Formats: sequence, C-alpha cells, structure tokens
Amino acid sequence: MSTHRVWVYGDNVNTDVIFPGKYTYTLKAKEEIASKALEDLDPTFAASVLPGDVIIAGRNWGNGSSREQAVTALKFCGVRAIIAESFGGIYLRNCINQGILPIVCAGVREVIRTGETVEIDIEQAEVRAAGQIFTFPRLSPSVQAIYDAGGLVPMLAARFQTT
Amino acid sequence: MTTQPTAYTFAEKALARAAGVSSLRAGDIVDVTPDLIFSHDNSAAIRRTFLEIGASRIARPDRIAITLDHAVPAPTTEHAQNHAEIRAWVQEQGIAHFFEVGRGICHQVISEEALILPGETIFGSDSHTPHFGWLGAFGAGVGRTEMAALWATGTLWWRVPETMRITLDGALRPGVTAKDIALRIIGDRGVEGGDYRAVEFAGNTLSSLSLDERPVLPNMMAEFGAMSAYMPPDQTVFDYLDMRREQRGGHDTNGRHEWRPYSAIYPDADAIYADEYQLDVSRLEPQIALPHSPANVVPLSQAVGQPVQQAFLGTCTNGRYEDLEAAARVLKGRHVRIRFVINPASSQVMLKAAQTGVLATLIEAGAAINTPGCGPCMGNHMGIPAPDEQTISSGNRNFKGRMGTASAGIYLASPYVVAASALTGCITDPAEFLV
Repeated sequence: MSTHRVWVYGDNVNTDVIFPGKYTYTLKAKEEIASKALEDLDPTFAASVLPGDVIIAGRNWGNGSSREQAVTALKFCGVRAIIAESFGGIYLRNCINQGILPIVCAGVREVIRTGETVEIDIEQAEVRAAGQIFTFPRLSPSVQAIYDAGGLVPMLAARFQTT
Repeated sequence: MTTQPTAYTFAEKALARAAGVSSLRAGDIVDVTPDLIFSHDNSAAIRRTFLEIGASRIARPDRIAITLDHAVPAPTTEHAQNHAEIRAWVQEQGIAHFFEVGRGICHQVISEEALILPGETIFGSDSHTPHFGWLGAFGAGVGRTEMAALWATGTLWWRVPETMRITLDGALRPGVTAKDIALRIIGDRGVEGGDYRAVEFAGNTLSSLSLDERPVLPNMMAEFGAMSAYMPPDQTVFDYLDMRREQRGGHDTNGRHEWRPYSAIYPDADAIYADEYQLDVSRLEPQIALPHSPANVVPLSQAVGQPVQQAFLGTCTNGRYEDLEAAARVLKGRHVRIRFVINPASSQVMLKAAQTGVLATLIEAGAAINTPGCGPCMGNHMGIPAPDEQTISSGNRNFKGRMGTASAGIYLASPYVVAASALTGCITDPAEFLV
C-alpha cells in the first residue's frame, strides 16, 4: 500500500490540454516534456507536482489524440497512477505501455480535493480516500504482465536481450 | 439450455483473421499481426523507442508505410532534422512505402495507393486510423511505443472490442454532407459515445455516399471515442481499389510486387451489438461544433452570424477533391472577406483540382493554397490563429489550443459552411450561395 498526494480534475479532459500538439515533434528531453504537462488545463501543475503524486479524474480522461506524451509528460513529472472513472481507449493502452497504472474507479473524485491524499493498495485492488474504500477491477493477466515489467519497452527489451 | 451464438461482428471476424485463429469474441485478448502499419512525422521518436527495445532490424519492412505530413514542408530546423532522421531510417531499414513532403496526409495517401484492402487490419500511430473502415478494413490508432513494438515484432497485444451499430437511412438533402451526419452522432452521444468500441455503419444511406464522402464517417469516429469503425465495402470500393492498384503499377518503392489478394468481411446478420444508434438523415440540416469540443454540436442555424477571422479547408476528414469542389461551388465568381487557408489532403487531390479548374476558382476567390498535408490542424504551422481569434474549420478536432493558440476558438463544419463563412466573415448558411 502507498500514500499519494492528489490532483483532481473533471470529465472529458482531452490529450491536447494534457500535452499540446504543437510540442509533439520538437520536445525530446524528459524535463522539457514534463514542463508542458497540463499546460492548457492547469498551468500551476507542472511547477508544483511532486514525484508520487496521483491524478484523480472523472470520465474519459485522455480522450482525443494518440500522442503518448500525454502519458509520458505526467510520468516524467513523477506521476505513477491515474485514477479515473474511465479513460480514452488509446490513452489507457499508452498508460499500460508506459508503466503508469490506470485505475478505473468511480466515486473517488467526489470525496477528495487537490492537495489531499489517497492510499492505493494494488494487491487488494482498493483505493482509500476520506475514510472510504473504493474497489477497482484488476488488469487481465496478460496486461498485468506488461505493467509488472515496467511497461512494453522493458518487457520487449528483456525478450530481445535473451534472443 | 442456451445455445452458443455463432454470429460474429466485423471486428470479431477481422481480428480473428489478423490473429490467425478460427474465432474470437469481444473481451478476448490476443496478439494481432496487422497487414499494414504506418506512422508519420512521429517516426523519428518511434525509432528511438525501437532502439531502446534493443531491436536492430524491422520485422516486416514490406508492410510499413511512412508519410511525412504533420509539419511539411519543415517549418523549423527541429522539424527538418526530424524529417532527415526519418529519411535515413527508411533507407537503412528498406521500408517499402515512404511518402515525401507534399504527397499528402497518411490516411488519404495510403487509401489512394491501395496499400490496405477490405478485410485487412491496419494500425497507425495516429488517432484517426479508424478512417480505413471506409475500405472495409479494421483500422485503429496506437501509441508510439506500440508502433515501436510492431516494428520490432510485427505483432501487438489487442483486446477484441464490443461493437456499436450505427444505422443511417434516407437520402441527404443538397448541401448536407457526411460531415453533418458525423457531427450529429457525436453531438447526440458525446465524445465518449463510442466507449472505445468498434463502430459498424449500416443502412441505406451508405451506398449513396460518394467515395470522397465515405471516409468522413469512420474518420470522425475518433472524436466519438471509438476504437475502430467499419463500413461494408461495395462494388464501388472494389472498383476504386482495382483502379488505384492499376495506376500504382502494383509495386512498392523497392520494386517488389505488392498485389495481395483480399476477401471482404461482413458482419453476421444476427451479430450482437453492445449499443445501437439510428438516424434518418433525410431531415438532417447542416450541423456545426462550437468551441471547444467536437460534441458541442448545434444545428448551423443556431450559430449563424458568429464572427470568424479565419477559414480552414483541409485535413484527413475533409480535404479531398469533392471538398475543394464544394468550396469552389460556393466561391465561384465571389471573393472571400477573411483569410481562407486550404491544404489539399494529397498531391493527387491538388492535381485533380488543378486539372478541373477548381483550384483556379479557389485562387481567384482569394484562397491561400498550402502544401498538401495536415497544415494548421494540430497547431504546427500554416495558419495558427492569433489570441482570441475564431476559425471555421473542415477538420475534426476543436479542443482548446488545438491550432496552437489556447485562447482561440475553432468551429467544425462541412466544406460548404467553411467556404460560405469565408465569404462573409461570420458563420454562414451556404444555402444562399448554392442556388
């Protein structure tokens, strides 16, 4: 189990406000990509996010573009999990492949505010917030294996090293 | 006792074929081997991830297309360097299908080159890959890391989606287009209406849509949150592909024979759908999406008169020949009042428009013609709005900041509406210019 400070956002937050398209082909350094995270949603985020922080959102977090920086910008800020009622489909795949845990869980947003903390228990598949317990569905075994390896790149890298 | 249903959706059948298994059901997770994979200006970043994986040679270079389209010609040194890296990589790896600056937008070019065929599966590192449903293919967008994994192994993990059926019946009124249908669907059900399902289009409207109009529907399903979208291919599509393969000569850029046999796939009549949506399009009027969501859709009449400072015609959604022709019908003999930026979706679109006089009509009317490609759609260049300006666009996405300026607004509508609004400087019903 781990404790995390949270940033709370709403429904239908799209990839373009998480990471603007105009930066997608020019920014390469992790620090640069991290510095643009949520630029058009919450300009205070990139400057004050801390490693270990968690995003809490409503429905359809990360809808829109396939751009992976909408996940990696948060990853490079130190975000390790995103708790949302639902995710944009490609965004959810990008999370798994980047080793960020997408937790599909309703209700947390209603009981918590930015700056407060939640506890995440991956083994029990539970989020604890404001004295309440919220359960979330476990990943299927083959998808869990990608997450456990740290993402798709480390998983494949292990495979390519042994062949 | 219940009997096991034996009816399958298109997605279940197409993914079973791509996974090399006899049957699949929604919810199954399998390794899929797509028939074609493609990327664009993001190929340089994909290469870096590919090398991080520890791979050295691309698994199936004959089944890869790369199109330079998102920022072309290069607007900055960084973009130029990005393109240079991609060109060198294409040479080094012997990537079969490479399309240079100016050839056009990935989805349009791959369609024109008949590189993907009915019943096949195509993954692209671009969210509008559902586009290829217009050819009866299973198309889905993937992330850059997934594309790197596809380069390295030729396969990718995939969850078979549930399917939503969208049935369209009736004939569109003049001046009403497939774009208006797509906007109405997204307006009715929202940007998460597709719920990362596959969409199957059905109904008697489909066969009445021209080949240039058909891609609009599956393309826009990206804005609906769908994983993929499919239209049942008919003889018009088969004839188009034959003609295109004939024109291409049937060889890839390495001179290899590239004519694959194909077999169209259709859903079973009693397949089970997770959701249904029906629309009688005969009563539909032109639609428009207001800033800042493609689901913020109202009938055009409710937005008429709103001032706009820029009009933009282009994109994978509405940058084809008939879209330019529609604008030319509105503009013929008139002159625009605001700047009107046009990016044809491909060089072939632009060439045809030049040959038929459509391009001359647009230029005479005061339009600024850009290089074929994505243009200002995602805010790289070629028409970035000033702060607080409003753009009327034939594109697909009007998220805040999409065209590069966070305080600028984007309206989405059909090419007719874009052209009519360019004439007046405010959102305008094209009907008065189409008589």
